Amino acid sequence: MSESTIIIASVEGKKRRSWTFTIGAIIVGLQVVIGLMTLIWTPFDPSAMSGGRLGAASLVHLAGTDRLGRDLFSLIMIGSRIALTVGSGAIVIGGLIGITIGLLAAFASKTLDDVLAAGLDILIAFPTLLLAMLIVASSDGASLTTAIVAIGIANSAIVARLTRILAKRVLSMDYITASRISGTSWLGVVMIHVLPNIWPTLLVNLALQFGLAVIAEASLSYLGLGAPPPNASWGRLLQEAQATVYTAPLGAIAPGIALVSLVIGINLLADGLRDLADPTRRSRR
Amino acid sequence: MPTILSYLLRRLAILLVSIVIAAAVLFVLLRLLPGDPANALVSVGADPEQIEAARRQVGSDLSLSQQFVRFVSSLARFDLGTSFVSHAPVLPEIGKRLAITVPLTLMAFGLAIAIALPLGIIAAVRANRWYGSLISVVSQLGIAVPVFWIGILLVTVFAVNLRLFPSGGFPPRGWARPDAAFTALVLPVITIAIVMSASLIRYVRSATQDVLGSDYLRTARALGARFPEALIRHGIRNASVPVISIIGIELASTLLGAVVVERVFSLPGLGSMLLLGIEQRDYPNVQGVLFISTLLVLLVGFLADLAQRLIDPRLRDRSGGASR
Repeated sequence: MSESTIIIASVEGKKRRSWTFTIGAIIVGLQVVIGLMTLIWTPFDPSAMSGGRLGAASLVHLAGTDRLGRDLFSLIMIGSRIALTVGSGAIVIGGLIGITIGLLAAFASKTLDDVLAAGLDILIAFPTLLLAMLIVASSDGASLTTAIVAIGIANSAIVARLTRILAKRVLSMDYITASRISGTSWLGVVMIHVLPNIWPTLLVNLALQFGLAVIAEASLSYLGLGAPPPNASWGRLLQEAQATVYTAPLGAIAPGIALVSLVIGINLLADGLRDLADPTRRSRR
Repeated sequence: MPTILSYLLRRLAILLVSIVIAAAVLFVLLRLLPGDPANALVSVGADPEQIEAARRQVGSDLSLSQQFVRFVSSLARFDLGTSFVSHAPVLPEIGKRLAITVPLTLMAFGLAIAIALPLGIIAAVRANRWYGSLISVVSQLGIAVPVFWIGILLVTVFAVNLRLFPSGGFPPRGWARPDAAFTALVLPVITIAIVMSASLIRYVRSATQDVLGSDYLRTARALGARFPEALIRHGIRNASVPVISIIGIELASTLLGAVVVERVFSLPGLGSMLLLGIEQRDYPNVQGVLFISTLLVLLVGFLADLAQRLIDPRLRDRSGGASR
């Protein structure tokens, strides 16, 4: 009896919570479609004058025009592609470096583990954006690639710390000892036992890192350390619009809405993933 | 030796080692910068003699290890060098700019705590009322908003439309005119506080939730304490332990948030010194700002750890190190 109650409860929990996943997936999916679409089509040529300078929103120019008379809506659409590129690139880099270091620390001797853990703590205390600024500054001028690499490296410390903690928990299990005794190599243990056990939590964390990467990229571009023109990053659009906020406030609002909606979509997706991956959390929150 | 003292000593040692490591990392990262720092000093088409003189002046003619020894020994003497561009000593310049960044950070942080503590507790205690969930949802949205955009929106509303506050800048005479200086900081402070309180609310809420489900609170209630009384006498102290460690981290990122917000409101603080230094390739300034801000971040972490020990007797008496 008790078993069936639990199953029913968890199914109901899944139904109630899955809306976060659905809404998140719709928002992110929409942005992905828009981002991919800009590769072949935008309403106007994003680098050409298509209307008056600082024009108001109209049916032709949905978000008005910027100070060079370019269609802002087209630029915002391209910004979506840039944000998604930076986000994906950053979590791939952050994930690869972070998971590798985290696993190494989990398997390492006590001393090496302590050193790695302390190093990660220091890196994490160092705010992501500052680290990214430093890396961008030390590279040969800002570009989309340096922004991706910088944010990815900055994020890898957080991923590494999480991987280390999760992997250590798995490694302390009896079945790991059993597996080792029966002759499985350490690499085998990682592939068969560690990664399958820790990936749901890692995935949720990487999704959250994606959102943070999008914000970090926008901040870098806003500060003038992101991708140079013609890349219409949302951060740069906002920075350009700030100067003309007296005459054309829409330019300072529309790219921000696009950015915030993407980050909220990703966070909802991560939230939904967490609920799907871990039934015990459903009742809390 | 009392455990708290031995903890203090050990934590102090960790702090010192961290500072040395941070200095080393900084040194290596800045030396990875392509090009010779001496290039900033000479004009295009300078003859080799001039370049050699410039290299001697900035010390880039020495080997890396010699440069590192020089770097560390001057740090130990609190000498951060002189700017390549303005030729002003770096440390006094940083001090001047901290007079903007530190009040900005502390006021924003104070405001954020003043917002987040009551709202976070309400969100946990009244989780099934509409306003409880509203607080949770809004704070969830708040963490998705970049700090500079909030700044731009506040400028649009309060400086452009309502004309209540200046849209940016800082009075040239600084704190000699406290009212003007304070007015210049109102919007920046609110900007940072909004973003910070959004994430703080979530931590306060979950810490309060843990307290609400605890046995000691139920016991206190069973012994006849009224709910607010039980929450204040037993809840606050327990809930503050995890919150303080978060506050330490958040204070560090507030300092960084200030870098971005200073750009939004064109405040001549530490952040704009860093950005200008990066643009002008002014190595001593960049190095100095990064070192001082790292120092501040590490110091805040140290103080937060210490405060946690003092508040929680369980941590205070445990002899173990910084294990978690």
